[in-house]
Amino acid sequence: MVPESFYVTLSAVLFTIGVVGVIIRRNPLVIFMSIELMLNAANLALVAFGQRAGNLDGQAVVFFVMAVAAAEVAVGLAIIVAIFRIRRRLSVDDLSIMRW
Amino acid sequence: MVYVAFFLVALIATGSALGLVLRTNAIHGALFLVLNLGSIAALYLMLGAEFLAAAQVIVYAGAIMVLFVFAIMVLIPGKEETGPDPRRGVRLLAVPVGALLLLMLVFVVAVRLRGAPAPSAPAGTVTAVGRLLFTSYLFPFELTSVLLLAAMVGVLLLARRRA
Repeated sequence: MVPESFYVTLSAVLFTIGVVGVIIRRNPLVIFMSIELMLNAANLALVAFGQRAGNLDGQAVVFFVMAVAAAEVAVGLAIIVAIFRIRRRLSVDDLSIMRW
Repeated sequence: MVYVAFFLVALIATGSALGLVLRTNAIHGALFLVLNLGSIAALYLMLGAEFLAAAQVIVYAGAIMVLFVFAIMVLIPGKEETGPDPRRGVRLLAVPVGALLLLMLVFVVAVRLRGAPAPSAPAGTVTAVGRLLFTSYLFPFELTSVLLLAAMVGVLLLARRRA
């Protein structure tokens, strides 16, 4: 049995790659996918911790995270498409129209 | 043997995550993300979370990624990241910041986890997780349906063409 710390370390690596992706990329779609990567890293850590705690509560939380992520992706992509319709460009550097 | 399988899957997961971040073509990134989600489903199986592995493949690699690929096809990207980067210096800071974050995460969370014995956890079968979802987590489960409905209505409102 692989120890849980291995899974948590892998989850930390994936989370960091997601953070770096959010910072260095300019395409909002790729930034969105990096956020999905971070969510999945957190899910993996949750399952590993739940395995260590000896119950299934971690897996139940992961189920809810998946549902919320699905809702988030749908709304986020709709916002991106709506912005693209107005601006005809897709770069986060000139996206300040949602700021007050 | 278990270790070999784990490191193989971990290598695939890390490599595909790097591919997502480093390739400039968004559609390649999406396919790398599908690979990454699939390898995480394999890790769920190794952790005994059968239900989550199936849900991961169906919800993430199936539904969510189809949505992503569809959005990428509609928006025709690939042109916006070819020009010179006006904020290159700031973006290069991401590498040391990421390294620092990784060190902190690994040392605070993973290293301190080592040592203590793991109790035998029940397998995450559909029966076990479903029983938990419909007893202890019944209220959040029902709230999830309201959330999905709200998201659906919101998306319809956002995607509607302005008359």
